[in-house]
Amino acid sequence: MIYRFFAELGAYWLFLRQVFRRPERFAEYRKAFWRDVDALGVKTLPLVAIISLFMGAVVTIQTALNLDDPLIPRYYIAIAVRESILLEFAPTIVSLILAGIVGSNISGSIGNMRITEQIDALEVMGINPAGFLVLPKIVANVLFSPILLIFSMAGGLVGGYLAGWWLGLLSPGEYLLGLRLEFQPFYIAYSVFKMTVFAFFIASVPSFFGYRVKGGPLEVGHASTQAVIATILAIILFNYILTNLILQ
Amino acid sequence: MISVRNLHKSFGDQHVLRGIDVDLKPGKCNLIIGLSGSGKTVMLKSILGLIQPDEGTILYDGRNLRQMEHSDARKVRQEMGMVFQGSALFTSQSIEENVRLPLDFFTSMSAAEKKERVRFCLERVRIENAAHKYPAELSGGMQKRVAIARAIVLNPKYLFCDEPNSGLDPETSLVIDALIQDITHEYGMTTVINTHDMNSVLEIGEHVLLLKGGEKVWEGTNDEILEAENPAVVDYVFRSNLMKRVRTALSGQ
Repeated sequence: MIYRFFAELGAYWLFLRQVFRRPERFAEYRKAFWRDVDALGVKTLPLVAIISLFMGAVVTIQTALNLDDPLIPRYYIAIAVRESILLEFAPTIVSLILAGIVGSNISGSIGNMRITEQIDALEVMGINPAGFLVLPKIVANVLFSPILLIFSMAGGLVGGYLAGWWLGLLSPGEYLLGLRLEFQPFYIAYSVFKMTVFAFFIASVPSFFGYRVKGGPLEVGHASTQAVIATILAIILFNYILTNLILQ
Repeated sequence: MISVRNLHKSFGDQHVLRGIDVDLKPGKCNLIIGLSGSGKTVMLKSILGLIQPDEGTILYDGRNLRQMEHSDARKVRQEMGMVFQGSALFTSQSIEENVRLPLDFFTSMSAAEKKERVRFCLERVRIENAAHKYPAELSGGMQKRVAIARAIVLNPKYLFCDEPNSGLDPETSLVIDALIQDITHEYGMTTVINTHDMNSVLEIGEHVLLLKGGEKVWEGTNDEILEAENPAVVDYVFRSNLMKRVRTALSGQ
């Protein structure tokens, strides 16, 4: 099992080397990049916003329930919500959700291209299929991830504001005071960095699994499941490593 | 000329190709025939460089694809066109975009020149009205025509076809065969076709290579195949539906 893990890791490394080979023509890669920005980024924005809105509301309710001591100021709820959303929920939870949605999409589409010989067709033409199909996806995902993150953070904080005000957990004034109190801008940079690393995995790991599918549609489905599991594991592992390295 | 020397390929303990030697004739339709599992597809994919052979050399006009730098190999690839068994058209792109893709990557033509070249190729395969359609909107025969148009758009020296008649009705198969043969002669290409269709062998097989158990067992022309006394050829010819039908018709007379 350990041997297999390192063999897979080696294969993933070789795949990335193929992906990052010099493009045959930048203009064609640029076109693919904008298509991927639309498919992987813009189209996921509404979902990320909705998920984050409700995530923020739930965090506010749960924090309010746990901070019901009359000696603790109510604006502490907003501080706790802000730290949870900025540090963990927006980058990690959104990345885990995207690993499922975007990851299965990438793995399925590349896997389908593999079994219908479209990848072989590119190779025979003299185009590097790994580069042409995967590099624009990685770049699009990595560059668009900070925008998704900002949307997610804003959605989460707005969700918390609405839940606090609507359910009478804390007043809008208290919430806004809590959001501003002892705010550390470094946390945003930390989250952007984490999200960028996760975005790289969300694009590259499912591409790797889709690219080496052998067989038919059943194997494509199997590869998509494996791709999502591997991406989630990579995100969880690197979340721990990065948190330990940066915040410790 | 494409020269294949001592080609070997195994998958696990299954020896699929066993030392094949052949010179594929320039400017002609070269057909690789054989029963399922005889090694036709592996041989074609090895020639194309999609499969790495265990042993042997494949020379394109004396150039060995396996020993070239990546950039040089890419130049040789631009001299190749390939028609895949399932056409392998890019489903998210229109027919025009499919045919234009090699031009976008490897030429510095203007947009108008590309459009004209794509129109010419689509007209050549008589499918010019489908330029703005998507592959899913076309029949199997039309998809094959688009695949041929895409394969010839860069004026290749070598055209490869993997089972071009697979999934087509007999009439459409004849049309596709005739189209491939016409294009081969018109542009002086070296065409390599992998097939098990005896109709194709008899119609366009200017140079036929029979594989059995991963070995080359016979080489000749379509005129010679029906008169060959090699037991493997006789067996293959009489296993084909065409000859069964001929035999039945003759015995009924």
